[in-house]
Amino acid sequence: MRSCLFKVLCMGPIPTHFSFIMDGNRRYAKKMDMGEGAGHRAGFFALVSVLKYCYEVGVKYISVYAFSIDNFKRRPEEVKTIMDLILEKTEGLLEEGSIADQYGVRVYFVGNLKLLSEQVRIAAEKVMEATAHNTRCVLLICIAYTSCDEIVNSVRECCKDKMEEIEDEEGDDLVDIEKHMYMGVAPDPDILLRSSGEKRLSNYQLWQTTHCTLYSPTALWPEISLLHVVWGILKFQRSYAYFEKKKKKML
Amino acid sequence: MDRKQKVRGFSCSIHQIGNLGLRLLWSMVHLLISIGYFVAAAAKAVESRIISSGLLTRYKELNISKLKYLAVVIESDDAVQTSKIVQLLRWLEAMGVKRMCLYDAQGVLKKSKDSIVKMLDNAVLLEELGEKDLMEKPKCMALEFASVSDGKEGVVKAANLLFAEYKELGNRDEQFFTEAKIGEALRAVGCKGPEPDLLLVYAPVRCHLGFPAWRTRYTEIVHMGSLKSMSLGSLTKAIYKFTRVRQNYGK
Repeated sequence: MRSCLFKVLCMGPIPTHFSFIMDGNRRYAKKMDMGEGAGHRAGFFALVSVLKYCYEVGVKYISVYAFSIDNFKRRPEEVKTIMDLILEKTEGLLEEGSIADQYGVRVYFVGNLKLLSEQVRIAAEKVMEATAHNTRCVLLICIAYTSCDEIVNSVRECCKDKMEEIEDEEGDDLVDIEKHMYMGVAPDPDILLRSSGEKRLSNYQLWQTTHCTLYSPTALWPEISLLHVVWGILKFQRSYAYFEKKKKKML
Repeated sequence: MDRKQKVRGFSCSIHQIGNLGLRLLWSMVHLLISIGYFVAAAAKAVESRIISSGLLTRYKELNISKLKYLAVVIESDDAVQTSKIVQLLRWLEAMGVKRMCLYDAQGVLKKSKDSIVKMLDNAVLLEELGEKDLMEKPKCMALEFASVSDGKEGVVKAANLLFAEYKELGNRDEQFFTEAKIGEALRAVGCKGPEPDLLLVYAPVRCHLGFPAWRTRYTEIVHMGSLKSMSLGSLTKAIYKFTRVRQNYGK
């Protein structure tokens, strides 16, 4: 049934890059009367399903907002619970039969990784190294990330590069700035889905979403299903011609 | 050989018929969606009329004080419709909006900013207000006009300014680059506007079309449809809904 549905969807353009803000895990836990951290665990299962649907339909790049720099302001116990879950699932990616293995996914951890604990950072680096040879699909996990921090880092790296050059008469240009973005390893997203109906980007991929369809279904992240992914792709297909025209004008 | 060719030709035809069938199904799905959107637009138009008539009491008292800075993004092709834009601004002025930014990617609005301000009874350009006027309670509507040159290109100019300072100082201190420093540099190169609380998008698709990334961290982005379908009722509803939003700012 799902493969028939995907065959129909594939008659139109499929997004190259689908981005997700996984919002609503805590509200879901409250709604279902679950303990702390249970919402995030439920959210993880939703994430795995969404990744499978996207890779099956032909989306090559998926990025997810796993943890914002602003989220460090949460209660220490909550931050620890989330970090423990991230560590557990990151180490899970190294196991045989993991989704990275199944779908040939190259994993990137994108953000200010120096803000993470050594354990999580080492696990992330191990996964990036272990999946570096995978070429079928790409998963970008944005962790300790905000767009503003990304821009600051990019400007810093550009300026450091320019200082190294012997003749540095020319200043930075847009290409230099974009080259140093954390998200520079992937093309700009074609569609961004933020669950739980919130209409803001919360400091996520602000630079990269100039020509990106923004979609905010009211479902909380653990409730996100195949229907939402399909609807997102249909929305992208409806706006495809408009954005192609815009991109051609820019060139 | 002949038989093999016939079988090959036959399976090719089956494949082509299959593809045709899938394409037909895909077109039907999109047709149904378009019909759905048409019906939804008609319902919205009726709702908008009811809201404008004042029959719904909850929209009568808008807590406009929560909206400190509004931004409106307009599709550049529609930005030439100055009379529609002036009408929109008059509605916003009547609601009590005092500080706002008008953005279109190609800078069409910037070229007609003086004529737009002249057509309004009591409006000034934000850039003409001094620091003292900005601190005081606004007496009239102050308008900022922005385009893509205030977004990514603005960040590039700010980066070049910082590079010049960094080179002059001769230090290799990575702490030199901070969000505050970038903010300062952006203001120095003329990208001064504050972060809008609400961004209304008048375009065929919900997308911010390159509104300065540095300024949209926690901005609510609401899609209003194309400029030709703008109405007082939908504007009132969008602002009312904004006043009911509660943000955690990542916490």
